[in-house]
Amino acid sequence: MGLDFEKDKPIYQQLIDRLSGDIIRGVRKPGDKLPSVREYAIDVGVNANTVQRVYKEMELMELTETRRGQGSFITENEERLQLLRDSKKEDLVKSFIANVEAYGFSKDEIVELVRREIK
Amino acid sequence: MIELNNVKKAYGSTKALNGIDLRLEPGKIIGIAGENGSGKSTLLKTIAGVSKIGSGSVLIDGKPVSRKDAERIAYLPDADMFYSYFTVGQLFSYYKSQFADFNETKAKEVLDFLEVPLSSKMKNLSKGMRGRAKMAATLGRESCYYLMDEPFSGLDPMVRSDLIKGLIRFTDLERQTLILSTHEIREVEILLDELVLLKGGKVLAHRHLDEIRGETGMDTVEWMTKEMKAGAAE
Repeated sequence: MGLDFEKDKPIYQQLIDRLSGDIIRGVRKPGDKLPSVREYAIDVGVNANTVQRVYKEMELMELTETRRGQGSFITENEERLQLLRDSKKEDLVKSFIANVEAYGFSKDEIVELVRREIK
Repeated sequence: MIELNNVKKAYGSTKALNGIDLRLEPGKIIGIAGENGSGKSTLLKTIAGVSKIGSGSVLIDGKPVSRKDAERIAYLPDADMFYSYFTVGQLFSYYKSQFADFNETKAKEVLDFLEVPLSSKMKNLSKGMRGRAKMAATLGRESCYYLMDEPFSGLDPMVRSDLIKGLIRFTDLERQTLILSTHEIREVEILLDELVLLKGGKVLAHRHLDEIRGETGMDTVEWMTKEMKAGAAE
């Protein structure tokens, strides 16, 4: 198969996360054309209906724009892209904090360690 | 659209289908799962029009299915139905003589993708290679409906994975529908839009896979096991 998927999360959702990740990392740039539904389905090894749904949801999320007869393109709306980056950042940090707190480490301990580690 | 209304079918005193109600929409890939003897094969034969039903009705695009529909439904049986002395190329010629919708170029393309030589004799092929050749012959047909009975059974994971890739590449869901029965849900779920779970000749559940994963938070196999247990308790 093209990709590994988690078993308990809808595949379309996992593909949206993956494409969003590509956008944030700059692998896919504003204005870039997404592969056709068929190409992407073959590429990642899922059925075309799943990819169809991914593209539809991403358009609703205003991360992509569909140009008639040409396909889907990553939005060039910088504000929207900043929002995507911010929300990813927030998600990552929140989940990190939740993990750490589950082990009972104190906030001060963690803040100090994070500072030291990312220097 | 395929519609089954209260379909019953018995082999002697064994009830193979015991009141099936089912709507299968076009343009989807649908898996049929269930234990041995749950009615998977009989259900596919019934839809393919190769097995007569006892009572109820089977409609394909609004019309009752008959043996004639074998011409517009590409059915891949579980059993080896091919002459063993045929080469793959001869098998394709045979298909061409039987089915007006057979596209030899496409069949050869699938065969090439699955890396089976056209000149090999069916009987000299390994089970895995034979499975690929059968798949190529079936996908060579430009039918609206593909019905495949256990297309992955007895094949090793590498072959299964290649066949799945072939199915994605060589079907067009804008005009085709694929219905397949399988034991290997874990490996094919990525391919499926919907899953129909059979038990004792009845439909125990029929769900969209995204729904199963999204709403229940379970993976498909976990969900199936739970449904089967709940079904047994009834």
